[in-house]
Amino acid sequence: MTAPAVKPAVTKASGPAPVAKDSSMLKQKEMISGNYAKLASAKENGVKVASTFVPGNLNELIMCFDMVNNLPEINAIQNGMRKKTGAMIMEAEKRGHSEDVCTYVKADIGSILKGNLGPDGEQLPNPDLLLLSYTGCFTFMKWFELLRDHYKCDTAMLHVPYQGDGHITKNQIQYVVKQLKEEVIPKLERTSGMKFDIDRLRENLTRSARAEEDFVWVLETAKNKPSPIDAYFGGVYYIGPIFTAFRGTADAEEYYKLLRAEIAERLANGQGPVTPNGDMTKEKYRLVVEGPPNWTSFRDFWKMFYDEGAVVVASTYTKVGGLYDQGFRHDPQNPLESLAEYCLGCYTNRNLPARIDLIEKYLNEYQADGLLINSIKSCNSFSAGQLLMLREIERRTGKPAAFVESDLVDPRYFSAANIKNRLESYFQMIDQRRGGAEPARAA
Amino acid sequence: MSTTAEIVERCQMLFDDLNFNYAREWKAARPGRIVVGFMPFYVPRELIHAAGGLPLGVLGGGDQLEVIQGDAYYQSYICRIPRSTIELGVTKRLDFVDGMLFPSICDVIRNLSGMWKIMFPNVRSRYFDVPQNYLDNVGGEFYINELNELREMLAELSGRPVSDEAIRASIALYNENRALVREVYAFRARQPWKAPSSEVYLLMRAGLTLAVEEHNRLLREYLEAAAAEDRPRHDNSRVVVTGVFCEQPPLSLIKSIELAGCYIVDDDFMLVNRWELSDVPTDGDPIASMAKAYLHNSSNTSAKYQPDPANKGLYLVEAVKRTRAEGVIFASPSFCDPALLERPMLQRVLTEHDIPYIAFKYAENSGQMQPIREQAGTFADSIKLWSAA
Repeated sequence: MTAPAVKPAVTKASGPAPVAKDSSMLKQKEMISGNYAKLASAKENGVKVASTFVPGNLNELIMCFDMVNNLPEINAIQNGMRKKTGAMIMEAEKRGHSEDVCTYVKADIGSILKGNLGPDGEQLPNPDLLLLSYTGCFTFMKWFELLRDHYKCDTAMLHVPYQGDGHITKNQIQYVVKQLKEEVIPKLERTSGMKFDIDRLRENLTRSARAEEDFVWVLETAKNKPSPIDAYFGGVYYIGPIFTAFRGTADAEEYYKLLRAEIAERLANGQGPVTPNGDMTKEKYRLVVEGPPNWTSFRDFWKMFYDEGAVVVASTYTKVGGLYDQGFRHDPQNPLESLAEYCLGCYTNRNLPARIDLIEKYLNEYQADGLLINSIKSCNSFSAGQLLMLREIERRTGKPAAFVESDLVDPRYFSAANIKNRLESYFQMIDQRRGGAEPARAA
Repeated sequence: MSTTAEIVERCQMLFDDLNFNYAREWKAARPGRIVVGFMPFYVPRELIHAAGGLPLGVLGGGDQLEVIQGDAYYQSYICRIPRSTIELGVTKRLDFVDGMLFPSICDVIRNLSGMWKIMFPNVRSRYFDVPQNYLDNVGGEFYINELNELREMLAELSGRPVSDEAIRASIALYNENRALVREVYAFRARQPWKAPSSEVYLLMRAGLTLAVEEHNRLLREYLEAAAAEDRPRHDNSRVVVTGVFCEQPPLSLIKSIELAGCYIVDDDFMLVNRWELSDVPTDGDPIASMAKAYLHNSSNTSAKYQPDPANKGLYLVEAVKRTRAEGVIFASPSFCDPALLERPMLQRVLTEHDIPYIAFKYAENSGQMQPIREQAGTFADSIKLWSAA
């Protein structure tokens, strides 16, 4: 596919130096602020609001009812990146929420307790419907029960069974489809006052599938040396539209076209990934990363990698909202079955052996030097079993694996010095495994 | 007739035996027998029994198992039960187990199901999913298919088909078991000084090890012996303990609560023993009957979705009323997502019903009981003070 070359625009960042922003970045920023603006004006405009989750989200279906999509996880991430979540979490803990549980939940509840302002400072509306897509994470169910307790609004529960044996069964597909028909769609109809139109869903899914093609193309450019993208730190921006409120929209299609053109140009020019400090010049280490990033110190965390010439060529976090790179595409010919398959196939809904197989595949296909696990304190869905994962990967591939610990949006659990030390040791280990191909660095 | 002391001694021996010798001997006694381990909170034990198997509850290693290798598989912020369960596995204490079931309770146990597949490839491991949708034609159909898949797995393990007739017979035995368990709970709620919770706990725990026929005999004997024995009645406060449905507290914690002046009159220690709230029909399609019982006539716990917000947490209020309890103790394992995420909602409901509560956390290997005793003692005293006022 050919796409027009895109010239970067220069905008003023919050820091002192001007930051060059690509057109895709500007497009995504506009999309996100547009969605927050829609949320802020939803009540005034009589638009109904559905709160839902990223993994297993049913954006194409929600769009059939002209509802606007609010994602508490994304709000927590946005607030985390703005360093607002520490106070929110403490507020929730003061009200009796345990220090042991998911910090996305506590950031969300703390935010509600503090007035429920969105990351843009505008009032977030109360949801008209909690669309509880219970995919790959037990906490989701409790989270929305807690929100239901607060908002007293209707809840549509979509129970997505776990791939315990590492594959999707016919029984699971049928179960999810039936729930869509008998639970989810009727509640969306009731909330919105609109009848379900399956042809509209097909149109949305068609747009999704086209965007998914471009998205996968971008992810797979990391197989090149040097990689033109960072598939973790950059990847979290690339997944934005397709994982959230925009999958199935014309905007998302346009975003991925722009992104593809930009990455194609970087590839043609032999450029490395874009970082907050400009282009990465030399690719020294190619890594696969398992686990979500820390959001409260996202930039600091990223810097620890690009300062050392480390590029993440594949990551599992960028698959929590779907494994498109493994061939899945939304299918307008089988709309409900396709949504079911999508929900069932998200990364954390796969069993541990299947997750390990995928990581091994990434290490080989992307010619990575090793695996880094960022283990998240408050995310058992990801974290439980990661130490076995590490052993298995080392055993199967002979490549070194390393382990750092942080949290999603709790700033108390990000120890920069500790993580930096571990990363430096890890990079030395890679050097040593290369058999002196590169000099060992001073401790 | 056995005395309660003799019965409890037997249960204590079973509880202390981390090599599961009873189950080993049971399996060795007859060729073709299988043992299927399961974790909290619920599995359909009837199916295992109908397949000629012994369902064996695996509830971690408690405070008597030194966890060395298991710790190497988990970060510090993950609960204790998976690490001690792995310790049981890697030290070959479960090497006679033919299958392992990991119910849908939380992400940690869910992921442990995959770890088991990798670490113990010769054991048939299955993540056992249950529906969170309670419509017969939706969640019910899904669950019937899940039960049939489990039935197939058990047939493969035992080498013979699991007939409807065998399932009906097993349902009847487990109906009897649950009725006796309910009777013990009711007896304790009526006369808690005659059935201390440290005893009832061991008695119930024995039900996760013994063959159901044997456990039924033991329950009857205990009821008879406990009723016949005189024991001093104390002016204790009556409490419900909740949140203990997965990782189990040390026995010393239960004793500490009692020593602090509390009679435990209800709990959720081993929900599987009384999951179905009344008899499962023994006529008709047994799989369909089991599915219906799960959907419409089973206990509540935080691992289950409550579709009706008006009913959220009411099971706890009903337990308080039914047992004439005066307060609730939230005892939750550290890092237990289901218990700790549920807790604020349950506490809200209790507050609305003017039911006092306290909360603390524990681990299966907690050693220091003094803080627990002080907290429970203060709670018991405050209940007495309020009721006196």
